Amino acid sequence: MNHLGFELTRVLIGSFDFTCCEGCQLQLANKEATLPEFLALVDIRNFREISSERLDDYDIALVEGSITRSDEIERLKAIRARAKVLVAFGTCACFGGVNSLKNRIPQEELVREVYDGKVIETMPSMRIGDIVQVDLSIPGCPVSKDEVERIMVGLVTRSAATLPKYPVCVECKQQLNTCLFDLGEICLGPITRAGCDAVCPTGKTACLGCRGPAEDINYPSFVQLVKDKELSAADMREKLSLYNGFGGYLDQEN
Amino acid sequence: MTRKIDFDIDLHHLARVEGHGNIHISVRDGRLAEATWAVVETPRFFEAIVKGMSAERVPFLTSRICGICSISHFLTSIRALERAMEIEPPEDARLIRLLAMHGETLQSHALHLFFLAAPDFLDAPSVLPIMQSHPDIVRAGLLLKELGNEISITTTGRATHPVSLVLGGISKAPSKEQLLRLQSMIAERLPALEEASEFFGTLSMPDFVRETEFISLRNGSTYPSIGGQLVSTDGVVREEDEYLQMTNEYLVEFSTSKFTKLSRQSSAAGALARFNNNFDLLHPRAKAAAAAFGLEPACHNPFMNNIAQLVECHHIMEDAAMLVDRLLDADLRDIRTPYKPKAGKATGAVEAPRGILYHHLETDEAGKVVKADCIIPTTQNNANIHHDLHALVEQALQEGRTEQEAEKLCVMLVRSYDPCISCSVH
Repeated sequence: MNHLGFELTRVLIGSFDFTCCEGCQLQLANKEATLPEFLALVDIRNFREISSERLDDYDIALVEGSITRSDEIERLKAIRARAKVLVAFGTCACFGGVNSLKNRIPQEELVREVYDGKVIETMPSMRIGDIVQVDLSIPGCPVSKDEVERIMVGLVTRSAATLPKYPVCVECKQQLNTCLFDLGEICLGPITRAGCDAVCPTGKTACLGCRGPAEDINYPSFVQLVKDKELSAADMREKLSLYNGFGGYLDQEN
Repeated sequence: MTRKIDFDIDLHHLARVEGHGNIHISVRDGRLAEATWAVVETPRFFEAIVKGMSAERVPFLTSRICGICSISHFLTSIRALERAMEIEPPEDARLIRLLAMHGETLQSHALHLFFLAAPDFLDAPSVLPIMQSHPDIVRAGLLLKELGNEISITTTGRATHPVSLVLGGISKAPSKEQLLRLQSMIAERLPALEEASEFFGTLSMPDFVRETEFISLRNGSTYPSIGGQLVSTDGVVREEDEYLQMTNEYLVEFSTSKFTKLSRQSSAAGALARFNNNFDLLHPRAKAAAAAFGLEPACHNPFMNNIAQLVECHHIMEDAAMLVDRLLDADLRDIRTPYKPKAGKATGAVEAPRGILYHHLETDEAGKVVKADCIIPTTQNNANIHHDLHALVEQALQEGRTEQEAEKLCVMLVRSYDPCISCSVH
């Protein structure tokens, strides 16, 4: 692989999943038109979902999912020990994701409801960063393959891999969408980190904040906007808590 | 004389399947002592966390049960809630939803056939070396998978975790340009499907038959997708709301995913079940493809689920082209029925790529979900996989196969069901 006359080396990656839907890993096999180019950047050493070859000499570990059982902690620590760079891959890994909704309910009650008394080990959902050091976070439910490609190019060329600091509204405006607030809906676009190309509001549904807060957001002003438009505070809270990306802000309100 | 052999096959976190499952086989003195299909996935308790959520938001949560069949989960919740709250989506929205289902199934089948199943037949650990050894075949697979994703993106806004499917219809209709693009993509990619079929025609599926009961949806007029009666090859017929009589879920000690049964000790769902119950409703091209593979209903070889998926790809290509033509003739203005939340309860049943998927949801007067039950296709296949493993290893021993050969057959068997394990535990 060659870029402007410089020889580039493929990065050795491992892809791992914990408590999740595996939808983020699946994105690695999506965007088929550029898949050969993407695969030229990476040397897949360990990726159980698509390969029965499992090698431990990876430099970059993509870690999907949140942590909800003790054996996952041990497995995660072993991955951390082997990887030079550990990436929290997707919303569950970055923020705990939808799995965090179970943290509101006593864990015994969950087991009773779903497993009718059978002994099942589970614990409140934890982010990857609660257990091990995370070097890089790629949020999204699911991650955007465009963004993953851009970050992977950054890793191969040893250049900075950063996320947009601005909110989804910026990308939404670029697409000339009608603002969902003007259609009478609460949208988390004003406070959510961009990088998804405003895919939800472009499909005329509210941003639900899967990418977590943008930098330097004006949260009080967002709450005021919801009030001024006479929209439902309960609906706002339901949206803010779906992916657990706004935990700190919600607590501050209570 | 049979050789007296002892061996254990202990496969932890089986590769090239979605989620975490283990196979344990124990052979003593040349006889099968134990064969277990154990799902060890961490549960996520969706049925508990969905409670208290507004009906409008629920499909956005339940779609997160699965990263491969998120559209199916979304539409199953929508079907349950629309039936519970008596909401009638407009006809054009129904057509777009059916097209979305085709996109997801094509993507899922292509992923399974080329990325997960094909490497076994070519003795490769993954699709990656096959990209070098059989570039044309992988290219054909990628063209089909990309088409599936493109259909999903056009109809729902995104390939995984849809954005524009909503209660009452859809939030945004595809543009004429997008539909015209799909129309030409489908036509252009028919040769890729022919190429894929030719390739799979050269592979020999293991010779193994264990008679079982196949369960799927059936509506009597079209190959099943969203809603219909629940039918089995043993002659059971039930309505959607009677889903519990079809599933009879039970717990087993060694698995975090439940097991199900109907008339026998186990049953099967998925492409082969749909095929066995609905062969008459396939489009002619799909019937011709089945004939070319020698696949006839009712087929009881689970490895032929691979071929049934391929036959369904033929059906999907033909049906998707027809749906796109109909949508091009429609004005797509009336796409969303307004509704008022109300108390109710109903089941939604949808044929997800891996088989029949049930969501049963109850709402209160404010439209909040007060009770939920989700039964996943892979859950309905767990018992069948478990009992197939017994029969398969016994057959392998009778045929004098080695431990390595037996192990390979076992993993190929599990992969033939295309299990979606994290989905099954949810």
